[in-house]
Amino acid sequence: MCRIGSIKCREAAPPSLALRLMLPQQEGHDNSGFALVMQDLEGVFGHYKEMPLLSLACTAQGLQLVSDHMASLGFVQVAQWVPEVDARPGLNMAAMPRYVFSNYDYPEAFRRRGRREREELLLDTRLALRRLLEAHDAGYVYSFWPDVLTLKEIGDPADIAAYFRLWEDDGRLVARNIVAQCRQNTNYGIVRYAAHPFFLQGHTLCANGENTMFTRNREFLRSLHRGYAGFESDSQCLLYTLHYVLRELGWPLIYYKHVLTPLPAAEAAGREDGDVLGLIRESLAQLEINGPNAVIGLLPDGRMLACCDAKKLRPLVVGGDADMVAMASEVCGLNAILPQRDKARDVYPGERELLVVDNGLEMQRWLQ
Amino acid sequence: MASVNRPPVLAQAPSVGDLPWMVRHDPGRCVLCGSCVAACTFGALEAALPPRGAGADERARRPQPPRPVIVQKADAVHACTGCGMCEKVCPAQAIRPERSADNRWPLLGRTAGLPARRGGRGGRSVVEAPARERTLDAIVIGRISQMTDPALDSERHTFELRSPLGRLLRPGELPLRAQGGRLVLAGETPPVRWIYPVIFSDMSIGALSTRAWEALVLAVAWLNEECGLPVRMSSGEGGVPTRLLESERLRYMILQIASGHFGWNRIIGCLPRMRADPAAVLIKVGQGAKPGDGGLLPAAKVAPHIQAIRGVPRATLHSPPNHQGLYSIEEAVQKMHLSMNAAFGFRVPVAVKCAASATSVAVYNNLLRDPYHICGGFFLDGMLGGTGAAYAVSLEHTGHPVVSVVRDCYRAAAAQGLQGRIPLWAGGGVGMNGDAAADAFKLVCLGADGVVLGRLLLQLLGCVGNEHGRCNACNTGRCPMGICTQDERLVRRLDVDRGAQAIVDYMLAFDAELRKLLAPVGNSSLPVGRADALVATRRDVAERLGIAYAC
Repeated sequence: MCRIGSIKCREAAPPSLALRLMLPQQEGHDNSGFALVMQDLEGVFGHYKEMPLLSLACTAQGLQLVSDHMASLGFVQVAQWVPEVDARPGLNMAAMPRYVFSNYDYPEAFRRRGRREREELLLDTRLALRRLLEAHDAGYVYSFWPDVLTLKEIGDPADIAAYFRLWEDDGRLVARNIVAQCRQNTNYGIVRYAAHPFFLQGHTLCANGENTMFTRNREFLRSLHRGYAGFESDSQCLLYTLHYVLRELGWPLIYYKHVLTPLPAAEAAGREDGDVLGLIRESLAQLEINGPNAVIGLLPDGRMLACCDAKKLRPLVVGGDADMVAMASEVCGLNAILPQRDKARDVYPGERELLVVDNGLEMQRWLQ
Repeated sequence: MASVNRPPVLAQAPSVGDLPWMVRHDPGRCVLCGSCVAACTFGALEAALPPRGAGADERARRPQPPRPVIVQKADAVHACTGCGMCEKVCPAQAIRPERSADNRWPLLGRTAGLPARRGGRGGRSVVEAPARERTLDAIVIGRISQMTDPALDSERHTFELRSPLGRLLRPGELPLRAQGGRLVLAGETPPVRWIYPVIFSDMSIGALSTRAWEALVLAVAWLNEECGLPVRMSSGEGGVPTRLLESERLRYMILQIASGHFGWNRIIGCLPRMRADPAAVLIKVGQGAKPGDGGLLPAAKVAPHIQAIRGVPRATLHSPPNHQGLYSIEEAVQKMHLSMNAAFGFRVPVAVKCAASATSVAVYNNLLRDPYHICGGFFLDGMLGGTGAAYAVSLEHTGHPVVSVVRDCYRAAAAQGLQGRIPLWAGGGVGMNGDAAADAFKLVCLGADGVVLGRLLLQLLGCVGNEHGRCNACNTGRCPMGICTQDERLVRRLDVDRGAQAIVDYMLAFDAELRKLLAPVGNSSLPVGRADALVATRRDVAERLGIAYAC
């Protein structure tokens, strides 16, 4: 079983806060990895919010391949941050030779194009880089998006943090939204791409549980969008469904929950919007999850969401104070970083609930 | 030694051992009541007074008074079918049929230049005893939820066992508009019924006795109204009683139209007086047991009430092998589907039933790609399905197993992102070993939305026909159980209420068993296409169906 967590705060926070959220929960995970997605960055990336940020872990050859490819597309690198790693012996982690985070300006031809078109370019570029690196076994590209950074590694989370000097809190790597997870996906192979959180065009998601409808989800999703690829983890389906419902179909967020865990037909039929819910279920039955899952999502506009499956209720708790809201699989994580919060106001999302935390840290609870 | 006058023995004349079944009669137990002779609908038995006394016994040398005994007629016309009705009615357990190991039936059954005919299931397994292992028997539900995804409790959890019948739109085609944070409906959508994943197959009034058909309808109504199982039943191509057409319960019925259009005069005549829409219309193009053949109702079964409901004279009724005027799939879609859709105001799904075939994927692809969204279901009927009457050569040598076709159709649709758009319903051998729930679950995991049961229902009514050549005389009009006959005296043998009860009981068991299979894979709704839940114990099956091999 894995544990998931996220933080949303008024002032940008460092990854060490996410680690402090996750480590108390380590009895529930196996310390096999650490991964985080940070959005709404400050520090070294604060000045380049509009410039898409490429998160890369690769070999020297991979870095060269990426540089050449980006240049061939006309992307102009405007900034680069290479973490000063602490490669001391004894750390339990499988480090890649290079970790590079680079901001790019768009190719000349795209600078005056619409947002949507540029976003498609970013996706196509990331997918092409992924194929390129895979073909040469030269590394991994996790995200390529403005104001979003992804770091993933295999090993002990505390050691990974030590390697990247994340405990030092030097203010260079901070963000207002952090989604984190401390376990490599071990249901299938140990692959970096299989580690949550997953990212696609501004949508971030991590999930705890098992998607029993993985095969069915995957078969359907593959036909829906070129970005629905990889599937190293069954939980990627949950991200792609989020992306499909929100971005491709343009439906309001609550319908994500209706797609994942539809209401029983008899219950839906008795509602005023029963016809709409019935149609949605008919049309998107292949995206139903029907297994145990707790989900944390982060949307392009910074809103953070939480929901669970409707039957087995994988645990998830949301709590916070005036300056920070955190989500975690276990409440001990919240207690570690928000000991003073009003615990009576903690929310454990129900089987029919979708929680949304907006950028003002206001929490809304939507019932299906 | 007493002289005995015996006719000369003709070498070509059949003996009872040449027939498929020999009747074993024990004169020592027989009470000479004659019940067996009276009950045998095939006229296979007669009372006789054979000469008595023989052998070396001194007493037997004295003339003995003749004593009546029961003997089996040794001619092909009156061949015993092994139905066992004689055994059933005998008060003294003095008589029973026994399979004849050395019979010459494949030759004797083709006399007078006429091909052999029979009813029952198609497929070579019927004539090859013991039956070969079926594909579904080489598959087990091997992905059991353990630890990572807890199994469900089949008794406590709520399961939603519903399948679609109707055309389902792709998400982007839904006429939905966001308004005030909600989606609202802004257009028409094709009709879709969410029903129990079992449909009672299309067996017509005519093929079945009116009472047997009534028993099925009764069971369906009871399952719907008292048990909460929305099972639907296809009428078959033989019309529907006016009372049912004009009743609310028409909503449980799927009206079938086949190439003979039998019964449709009455159905169309009732349209203005219908109080409820039927569940669907099913266009029958082909049948798994005898693909390429139309329906066949022998004259022996065309009784006056059948003539009335079908609007025909007494004659053998052949439905043509294809629909007149439909020469392409485009025509099938445009003419047939559209006219049926239009007849019911586009409120009733229209589906099509085809015999499983090596061409099924091509047909399904065409239906999936039709831009009008008017095909609401693709029914695939495999060669192990049953029929009331067919040429034996068709039954045994034509057709296609349904399992790989279902899988192929599902995978073809999935490759285009069109899975689930036209529901796949699979029939033809489902439950032939009695475990219909297991068969249904496996077919669902392979891609079927639901299954169609036919022969099994007749067996629940009391049909003793089996896959090893027993009875299967549905074509003769002399069904000993009163199920597949229009002979009033035989029909009276069937207790409608008990028959319906047996079907209801079986379906309740089916429902519990289906939940018992869903629970361990951790799903509360039907895992259509979830082939990862299955493993095959045969490599050939695993490879062909694209599922894991386990040993």
